[in-house]
Amino acid sequence: MSSTATRLTHLQALEAESIFIIREVAAEFERPGMLFSGGKDSIVMLRLAEKAFAPARIPFPVVHIDTGHNFDEVMEYRDRRVAELGVRLIVGSVQEKIDRGELVDETGPRASRNRLQTPVLLETLAKHEFDAVFGGGRRDEEKARAKERVYSFRDDFGQWDPKNQRPELWNLYNGRHRKGEHIRIFPLSNWTEMDIWQYIAEDDIEVPSIYYAHQREVFARDGMLMATSPLIQMLPGEQPFIETVRYRTVGDLTCTAAVKSSAATVDEVIAETAATRITERGATRADDRFSEAAMEDRKREGYF
Amino acid sequence: MELLRFATIGSVDDGKSTLIGRLLYDAKSIFEDQWDAIERTSQNRGEEYVNLALLTDGLRAEREQGITIDVAYRYFATPKRKFIIADTPGHVQYTRNMVTGASTADVALILIDVRQGVVEQSRRHAFISSLLGIRHLVVCVNKMDLIGFDRSCFDAVRADFEQFAKRLGEVEITYIPISALNGDNVVERSTSTPWYEGPALLEHLERLDVTDSEDFDHARFPVQYVIRPMSAEHHDYRGYAGSVAGGAFHPGDEVMVLPSGRRTRIEAIDTFEGSIPEAVPPMSVTIRLADDVDVSRGNMITSVHHAPKAARAVEAWVCWMSERGRLTPGARYAIKHTTHAARTVVQSVEGLLDINTLKEGPGDGLSLNEIGRVRLKTTEPLFVDWYAQNRRTGSFILIDEVTNNTVGAGMIVGATEEDD
Repeated sequence: MSSTATRLTHLQALEAESIFIIREVAAEFERPGMLFSGGKDSIVMLRLAEKAFAPARIPFPVVHIDTGHNFDEVMEYRDRRVAELGVRLIVGSVQEKIDRGELVDETGPRASRNRLQTPVLLETLAKHEFDAVFGGGRRDEEKARAKERVYSFRDDFGQWDPKNQRPELWNLYNGRHRKGEHIRIFPLSNWTEMDIWQYIAEDDIEVPSIYYAHQREVFARDGMLMATSPLIQMLPGEQPFIETVRYRTVGDLTCTAAVKSSAATVDEVIAETAATRITERGATRADDRFSEAAMEDRKREGYF
Repeated sequence: MELLRFATIGSVDDGKSTLIGRLLYDAKSIFEDQWDAIERTSQNRGEEYVNLALLTDGLRAEREQGITIDVAYRYFATPKRKFIIADTPGHVQYTRNMVTGASTADVALILIDVRQGVVEQSRRHAFISSLLGIRHLVVCVNKMDLIGFDRSCFDAVRADFEQFAKRLGEVEITYIPISALNGDNVVERSTSTPWYEGPALLEHLERLDVTDSEDFDHARFPVQYVIRPMSAEHHDYRGYAGSVAGGAFHPGDEVMVLPSGRRTRIEAIDTFEGSIPEAVPPMSVTIRLADDVDVSRGNMITSVHHAPKAARAVEAWVCWMSERGRLTPGARYAIKHTTHAARTVVQSVEGLLDINTLKEGPGDGLSLNEIGRVRLKTTEPLFVDWYAQNRRTGSFILIDEVTNNTVGAGMIVGATEEDD
């Protein structure tokens, strides 16, 4: 038994690492769940889960925290993919919690349900007694995420304590926790936006059409292009116009912006990603613009 | 394109974060919005130039105190390689975070301020990285611009480090004179150091052969998860999923399953895309065996001729990472080794490492950030190799059963099969 010391390509190495992490969680936790929003990162993560357990089915449910402000194409994709894989879908609904009078919508032209996701997420995790939840977060997205472990320990309140993270050595992950606590798992920690697109290309993975160039009615705000929608109130002076755009990230419609783009195929998206000079969150996420530590603060509150 | 993982290590203020900022900047991996943000912050603080360290010091506490507390991961790619950087903290009290970042690295970049020379923390980090099995060390002699790129200063640091490095064991060391701030010899060779004939740092990282990070000779497959589809289509399917930890596996190979010692053959190696002719580290695959043998998580499928040692007593270098208590004889912990979870009791602390002399002295326990040679007894046999041979089957972590925290990192140097 000898070998020629084959080195894997970077995508093979990343895939192998992610599959290892996903299997480790399935083996060591009693009730894992995987977040799935229909965004490109969670699409790749779910694909890796499919690969990890083939020819068996994925042995845990997928979870969607639904703000109610969705792109139709993304919801349609979500439901189709869930049916294809035969996995169970659990939806935590922000709208239902608002209807029950337990949350109040922000008001005004900059209203967003981004912050309202956290209590719904924590409630959903508690209700289904999840002890581990996979998220598609990547360390290249944001500087607080760059600091987070693959296994991110969360206390009874779902809070992250960045100054007191567990040491994480080799691939020996420590998932031990007490009842009520849980671990957030980030199998895509070491992937970059470019890796995700290269993998989508190499594996021929379908993603919702809004990731590719299309015509849309938008308006400019804070240097970003927001889709016009009954859900967003325009400010005086903001004018709708038609533009050829695509989305680099997909989240809540009220705080996710499109970018001007003519990239209509996966290869064109890769070329565009290689040439871009702005990070995906910087270009498209109003929620990260509050302050320099916006993401860290939200994670401390229990955000993913 | 291959993946290369490296860690930046060394003392505080030697310029680790600045070097990473420089690499990312020159490799065009800093985005405009990131640059604008750190430029704004630098200006607000009244700093003379854009503080590249702000790129990796991502936590509020780090920016407030101007120090690195926890490891930050950064990514960039050139046409030749994709790089994962672990930027580790320099302060002694955050050594456990440094160990976290260095444990998965193929290469360690140690920064030394040419004006300070080889300080205690440089030696400590260089030694820990060699203990962690990193076989390639790049000594970046930094801040050369501040001494007029004087060759004799570089040579003095180099001679000093070479003297110390004799005690590091098998490590390949490269010395590069740089200025992280100005970019000399970082991405391009500098015209300020005509006397230096070696490669620029990035060139070196692109070319370095790191195949020795894995053991490709001794077949090891810790079973992670048993796949049984329970469906009509795959009624009799039974596959053992895991990541190859050593050697190579092929259909038809004779293998042994531990702990039972049962021998069988590999029927097939499956992936989602289909069966494959060979599996090597660190591929994630599913192995099917020819015979119906009892195999579960924590078991190991191995080569018949070069099996690991099945041991209930191991000896290891342990890096202690708990501020809550010392490791002392008689203490009990949970232990995780490959995919195998068991319990362990400390038999003895054989010696304590003096980080300055790199000599072993007497000791009866380990405190936070101390490293010692420890004997442990486990409740079940572990299937181990020496860490120097295989980082995957030679390492373990110790977990405090009360707090559930990871408190120790172990690197196996010896084992006995009987209790003694």
